[in-house]
Amino acid sequence: MAADYRPMWTELGMDLKAHDALLDALGKAYQDVFLSQKVRPEGMSYLDFVMSEVHGLRIKELNDARATGRKVVGTFCVFVPEEIVLAADAICVGLCAGAEFGFEEAEKLLPRNTCGLIKSAFGFKLTKVCPYTQSSDMVVGETTCDGKKKAYEIFKDIQPNVYIMEIPQMKNTADRQLFASEYWRFKEAVEKLTGVTITAERLKKAIITVNNKRKALHRLALLRATDPAPISGLDSLLINQVAFYDDPVRFTGAINKICDELEGRIKQNSGVAPKHTPRVLISGCPMSVPNWKLPLVIETSGAVIVGEESCVGERGQRNLVDEKPHTIEGEMEALIDRYFKIDCAVFTPNQDRTDHIISMAKEYKADGVIHYALQFCSPYTVESYLVEKELAKHGIPMLKIETDYSMEDVGQLKTRIEAFIETFRQPAWSH
Amino acid sequence: MVSLGIDIGSRTIKVAVLEDGHLKFSHVSDSSYDPMAIAHKLLEGLEYDSITATGYGRHNFKAHFDCPVISEIKAFGQGALFFFPETAAILDIGGQDTKTILLDASGRVSKFEMNDRCAAGTGRFMEIMANALHYTMTEFGKVARTAKSAEKISSMCTVFAESEVVSLINSGADREGVALGIHEAIASRALTMLGKLGDFKNLVFAGGVAYNPCMRQILAERLGIPILVPVDPQIVGAVGAALEGVGRLAS
Ligand code: SF4
Ligand code: SF4
Repeated sequence: MAADYRPMWTELGMDLKAHDALLDALGKAYQDVFLSQKVRPEGMSYLDFVMSEVHGLRIKELNDARATGRKVVGTFCVFVPEEIVLAADAICVGLCAGAEFGFEEAEKLLPRNTCGLIKSAFGFKLTKVCPYTQSSDMVVGETTCDGKKKAYEIFKDIQPNVYIMEIPQMKNTADRQLFASEYWRFKEAVEKLTGVTITAERLKKAIITVNNKRKALHRLALLRATDPAPISGLDSLLINQVAFYDDPVRFTGAINKICDELEGRIKQNSGVAPKHTPRVLISGCPMSVPNWKLPLVIETSGAVIVGEESCVGERGQRNLVDEKPHTIEGEMEALIDRYFKIDCAVFTPNQDRTDHIISMAKEYKADGVIHYALQFCSPYTVESYLVEKELAKHGIPMLKIETDYSMEDVGQLKTRIEAFIETFRQPAWSH
Repeated sequence: MVSLGIDIGSRTIKVAVLEDGHLKFSHVSDSSYDPMAIAHKLLEGLEYDSITATGYGRHNFKAHFDCPVISEIKAFGQGALFFFPETAAILDIGGQDTKTILLDASGRVSKFEMNDRCAAGTGRFMEIMANALHYTMTEFGKVARTAKSAEKISSMCTVFAESEVVSLINSGADREGVALGIHEAIASRALTMLGKLGDFKNLVFAGGVAYNPCMRQILAERLGIPILVPVDPQIVGAVGAALEGVGRLAS
């Protein structure tokens, strides 16, 4: 590593000792999980670089921008429209965390049976190890699940400038009206924070930027589903994770380059695993950096992951914003249309999500679906029952996994996942 | 053609040798603190054309012996079919885990369940409770059947259940009744896991706990279907692993 970022981290109010420990663990995990993979696309070196500088160069970029008066907005949910942030010349970063870090501290404020995502966000904040949170001029919370909704009330005490956006729980006309008014209110709040008036022209530009990013991710989603898979599920997940941190334009370019490379691989029929390798679709809670446990277990058990029905994945990136409108009202409507379609399990009823899982499983020729829910996450654990029932009607096998960020259940997970994969394409018993 | 299967469990290591479709040899041994040393010893002097590992320690074993591995689910599915070709479902209560498996009409695994991380309701749990009541494992299943009525055990956490047992005894409950209560608690946990599989017409009961006559009786009564117990219920997984090798040799 070239530059010394310690003065910058100190200035951001971080705990250098705890942060060293975190970076150390992260670096080791990255080495074991990603760098040890075989025949990775060359373009992944971009991701390796971004990850090696995830608390360095990228944070410097954010703070250089802040020094010129631009703002940074941190988010915890894909319902927060990045386009509005970008249109105000601000920078949008995801703050969700996927590591068991600072849980002891977090449990002083939160019940033990809080999901890992929430606990991790608190843990990172309380132990002062997340430079993204420290660099955020505004942190947007939302009323999605009860855990998050109530936790933000406490988060406000430890993080200045928390803004709460209301997300409805159903998708009726009245809910859409509420949703729309919340988007307008958010636009105003961002304008106030940045001092920038969001014009139709600015918003149009932001919509195109984010659409292009999504198009690159959609392209990746289709290419990775080829058999043999030209890229591992782990690398594809990493790309989707980094989408929340990186500069959108630069990221889009890098991902399109990787996609070009994947197209070349597909032409040559070469992949990261042999043709006919068992194929798994993951569905459920989002996986934030460095939550790579489950995909690692799956891909070291002889299967390849062909898609993620997740907010860090297709649920979060599906659908583009219509680029035709040219008035601010029209653009806002288009934005609201796109976001209101997100089929998060906090909504009821939520048939769309099950339909999407089924169509993804079919389109990507998955042999089975692994439903991943974070322990203590009611929306996804409860919904998994209905998902399993519907999938069974379509003859799609599903394995339910409920886990957290700790490593203690890895052995057991491995057994269950290996057994699940063995059930694909079984011959009949002959003896 | 000789195929060897080894099942490295958390408490015991099981070996089974199949020759031309027949079970030629089997052995069960404690896994101790150094299971790989025990495995080495067990294999000494045995001859085989193929070897396959399963069980909790399979990957560790693979690292030492460089052999194919299969999951316990697949191993128990195949192993049960070896003993009982009509197998519809399997319950295995092992040293530290419990699993249930449903097979379809062609013998394919169609569903399975495993207990979560703790040892509640497993062989180890039963051992600790028998100990708390000062019974050997053999006595435990026998005396439980002589109880007039069962004491209700409400906790399935090993630590809490142990103190619950002690306080029941202190408050004058009879030992046999408490023993029966423990059996019922373990059985109802297994039944919940079996319930998640759906319907089936018979059950192969495997794992060390299958030796226990009281457990067999409770399961038979509650399920109302035949409970099939292999001659040696502990080696089902090892036999299943050996069968995997037979398939490999044949193809
Ligand atoms: S799962 Fe729901 S609450 Fe979580 S990021 Fe996605 S939309 Fe937001
Ligand atoms: S994982 Fe579940 S409980 Fe946790 S924040 Fe997301 S929706 Fe809420």
